[in-house]
Amino acid sequence: MENLKALIQRQSGNIIYRFASIKKLLNFDKILKISLFISAALVLGIVLGFVVTLCVASFDFLKSVGFSSLLKDTWNPLTDEFGASPFIFTTILVSSLSLLLSIPFSLSIAISLSDKKGNKLLQSFLNTSLDLMAAVPSVIYGFWALFTLSPLVRLLQTKLGFAPMGVGLFTAVIVLTIMIIPFSAGISREVIKLVPQELEEAGYSLGATRYEVIRSIILPQAKSGIIAGFILSMGRSLGETMAVTMVIGNFNAFPKNIFSPANTISSLIANQFNEASGLHQSALIFLGLILLVITLLVNLAGAFILKGSRR
Amino acid sequence: MKKTLMILLGLLLAPIPAVTAELTGAGATFPQPLYSKMFDVYYKTRGVKVNYQGIGSGGGIQQLIAKTVDFAASDAPMTTSEGEKARSEILHIPTCLGAVVITYNLKGNPELKLTSDMIADIYLGKIKYWNDPRIQKLNPDVKLPKLVITPVYRADASGTTFIFTDYLSKAVPEWKEKMGVGKSLNWPIGVGGKGNPGVTSMVQQIEGSVGYVELTYALQNKLPTALINNKAGKFIKPNAESASKAVGKNVPPHMKVSITDTDSPDGYPISSFTWILVYRDLSYLKDVNKAKELYNLLWWIIHEGQEFATPMNYAPLPQSIISQLENNLKRLVFGNQPLWKI
Repeated sequence: MENLKALIQRQSGNIIYRFASIKKLLNFDKILKISLFISAALVLGIVLGFVVTLCVASFDFLKSVGFSSLLKDTWNPLTDEFGASPFIFTTILVSSLSLLLSIPFSLSIAISLSDKKGNKLLQSFLNTSLDLMAAVPSVIYGFWALFTLSPLVRLLQTKLGFAPMGVGLFTAVIVLTIMIIPFSAGISREVIKLVPQELEEAGYSLGATRYEVIRSIILPQAKSGIIAGFILSMGRSLGETMAVTMVIGNFNAFPKNIFSPANTISSLIANQFNEASGLHQSALIFLGLILLVITLLVNLAGAFILKGSRR
Repeated sequence: MKKTLMILLGLLLAPIPAVTAELTGAGATFPQPLYSKMFDVYYKTRGVKVNYQGIGSGGGIQQLIAKTVDFAASDAPMTTSEGEKARSEILHIPTCLGAVVITYNLKGNPELKLTSDMIADIYLGKIKYWNDPRIQKLNPDVKLPKLVITPVYRADASGTTFIFTDYLSKAVPEWKEKMGVGKSLNWPIGVGGKGNPGVTSMVQQIEGSVGYVELTYALQNKLPTALINNKAGKFIKPNAESASKAVGKNVPPHMKVSITDTDSPDGYPISSFTWILVYRDLSYLKDVNKAKELYNLLWWIIHEGQEFATPMNYAPLPQSIISQLENNLKRLVFGNQPLWKI
């Protein structure tokens, strides 16, 4: 046993010695700098590559139809009519509605999970479930929505006097809400944990109730991070494809009411891309570009809000 | 040292010499289960491996035009513009028949009769309830409920939609004028499901819905199907036999033809060929043996291969067109050599 220890020590000493001699030959600072630069440039290059590819592939469409399609509402590949407005509208509507719906749930989950006085066992159980929820593939959510959620929605529709289709805008919003809760709640939880404990204790020592501490100390302190979390989850819901495609009803027009079948940009692309060619394909790629721009704008808006809240 | 390195490099870069020719094809997903079975048997009996990728008819045609595959498979004949892009004659070889059935969700799964006009009006949103006088009159034995009809269509672009709308365009003038024929349309009403399974699950879940799916899929899943009237005025139950019978006597020799709304008195009217597409001149394959293997494969598919159709719920080619098909295959050439003589 002692021998083994000695052997390991000798060997590791050897390695450190060799390492040092290499260190003399190479300038690690320089290597680190170069490799960091390459990684950063690669990220930028990939994003630029996306944009260039999408622009080039949608050029045919822009040349013959152009931006006017953004205002039209008829999508008919047979007659080369590619009105994009219903899909853009539905995409924004679905993701903002699901974001709004998820806020109360995510916030309360985040607050109760980061509560330092809470039941530790329950909290760790909830934490694990939340992380699990985030890891479930979206196709599973889609299946669940199609077979469990949509019959429930159908019951509701029958009660309210709508056609009992079960699929449509409402079902898609509900499933998206459930899908983004783990993301927004997870980020909010981490941010709230960073609020200095002294501040909380100070609040309590001044006689504040638990609710007052949460409302006037924790939430204002963690505001920027919480908003960032919500914006990140909105980015996810904008591009969510599989689960939405399975339950949104895939109807190419403006939704007439909250239960109407509709189509988002990503579900339209998922449905039609594999058999599309020529102008139709180009139009779908153009819609992809629009989705990229929307996501970018949402993220920029988030960054702007963050900046404002820091002042 | 350098020499060995060069040799090694040469070996790495050299194309691996093929022991037997390997054929690749891509296209329609509808006949894919049948093709997989056929190509598996073909590999076991003839030792020639055929790789087939079900990427969709449109994708297969695009790959054939780009000459990245040896053959394509499609549920719809090539369009004029696709034919122009190919710049060289392409043969359409039917391999089996498909049919589109109308399935529905009504309590007790009654067997319904429907006419082309009714189907069109349902999908146009003009017939709104099941107890519509026209449907009730045609089905006196069934007590139809006052239930909203929810039409279900294919959300993805598909050959099934093409066959369905091709039939309606031929049989119903109003459909031709308002909707037209295509793989994806601008539907005025209803909900969309992705793929045959998507449409089926919607139909099974929504009471009072009606959908159209592939015959093979409906048979495998034992879905209720409607009897449809054909040109002769007969109501035909969809099955492999009635689909085969849709091939009438006036099929033109090139076989690149839609047979929906058939004249044939016992034929199911929403039937269609599914084709394998090949260039008539196979010299682009650069290997005469490979071209010959492709010719052999096609010959085998229209003869021995047909026996696999019926057990898998596909409609086999009727005997009446086989000799014409043989003549078509004999037109395949490699440069100026007819392949059947090699």
